[in-house]
Amino acid sequence: MKYMLLIYAASDQQATCTVEDWIAYEKEMKDAGVLVSGHSLADLVTATTVQVGPDGRRSVTDGPFAETREVLGGYDVIDVPDLDAALEWAAKCPGSRDGGAVVVRPIAEFDF
Amino acid sequence: MNVEQVFREERGRLLATLVKRFGDLDLAEEVTSDAVEAALRHWPVDGVPDRPGAWLLTTARRKAVDRLRRDRVHAARLAILQVEVDRADPPVGDALPDERLELFFTCAHPALAEEDRGALVLRCLAGFTTPEVARAYLVPVTTMQQRIVRAKKKISQARIPFRVPDPHELPERLPGVLQAVYSIFTEGYAARRDDLADEAIRLARILHGLLPEREVAGLLALMLLLHARRDARGELLEDQDRELWDRDMIAEGTALAERALTGGYGPYGVQAAINALHDEAPDFDSTDWTQIVALYDVLAKLAPSPVVALNRAAAIAMRDGAAAGLALLDALSGEPRLRDYHPYRAARADLLHRLGRDAEAAQAYRDAIALAGTDSEQDFLRRRLAAVEGQS
Repeated sequence: MKYMLLIYAASDQQATCTVEDWIAYEKEMKDAGVLVSGHSLADLVTATTVQVGPDGRRSVTDGPFAETREVLGGYDVIDVPDLDAALEWAAKCPGSRDGGAVVVRPIAEFDF
Repeated sequence: MNVEQVFREERGRLLATLVKRFGDLDLAEEVTSDAVEAALRHWPVDGVPDRPGAWLLTTARRKAVDRLRRDRVHAARLAILQVEVDRADPPVGDALPDERLELFFTCAHPALAEEDRGALVLRCLAGFTTPEVARAYLVPVTTMQQRIVRAKKKISQARIPFRVPDPHELPERLPGVLQAVYSIFTEGYAARRDDLADEAIRLARILHGLLPEREVAGLLALMLLLHARRDARGELLEDQDRELWDRDMIAEGTALAERALTGGYGPYGVQAAINALHDEAPDFDSTDWTQIVALYDVLAKLAPSPVVALNRAAAIAMRDGAAAGLALLDALSGEPRLRDYHPYRAARADLLHRLGRDAEAAQAYRDAIALAGTDSEQDFLRRRLAAVEGQS
């Protein structure tokens, strides 16, 4: 079963975890054979939003910018047996500390 | 044993066994109902079989094969199940393997909304129908139906597992299960539904049999020691007729409370001990307030909350006098959780009355009446108010 861990950082709080913590976390997931993919995202000021209207016209806008306290800073997709295992990895994620939060979302499975 | 008793005993156990086997709560619930229906048709005619649990399991597995045969998505699972059904009957023994503990932990999983956990426990482990669960939690049937469907969807789609947590996970996971069972008891207590309180106690007994942890014993003890006073409630402890208290239940609860506090303690065990001291006192005046205050001190550290602080203040009023208690209560006046909590106003009123400040006491009772939720609570407070006004 695949789960996406959406890693939200608190924008108003200084993180105490280090680059080494993140590297160690990624290595642990790789060694356990659970990591499917994962990336951290560049700063929110670099974001661009695209929408296509009913007339096919494309709208491109700068942003969005942080309206909430928490900003999506990265994600990991993991493949584990069940939700308990996914929650365990979420709790190990450095992004779950220092006022941050990790949201665990199951990846939808379709029976075609 | 009559048919209904058999179902009460076997239904949760059958459901747990089937969830374990199918990994699918919905399918397990459907075929459990099918099997119970079949039993209701056959048993009154043919008599209750020697091994009702085994009969139900065999029937449920056949029903599952029927259902899966109609559902092509589950074709692969069907092959496995067919082999099982063709195999000999379940092992001979007094009952099915007991997998209800797994079911408790699934129903009360922290990823589910707290308000839904007790409902799922009632539904899956106590065998309540959705309308019965709705009545227990005083919500419309459609609302409860939606909550249960949503919770079951999460269990299946997010794959909440069907497993007993490892021992190192228990401190984190057990409180959720205990809270779910206790919520059933407190709902029953508030609504004066003895059947619900009895059901919560029955569930706690099952849980204690499967997982004799200290806090499980503490929860069972607490509920027994509170429920022992059911026939005398509606009055303050000091006014209750102690002849009406259930001595057998008190003896059982006290023994469990002692076990819950041997070599360690947790919040349920401490609350049980406080209630054991109340239940064991021959009359209100000989209650061991020193010990009760000491236990509230422990509880305030283990599980601090404004309500615990309120109860501690009331106990201190008994040990050290009304003025000492009132000072503590007034210090809590800024607590948002107590502002609209009528027992807080009523406790203040009682202490003001004991200090002879009856005009203030009357006002505090009026505030409490305005905040009280149920008719019986309001009636009780009106009687207190009348007593104070009669004297002033």
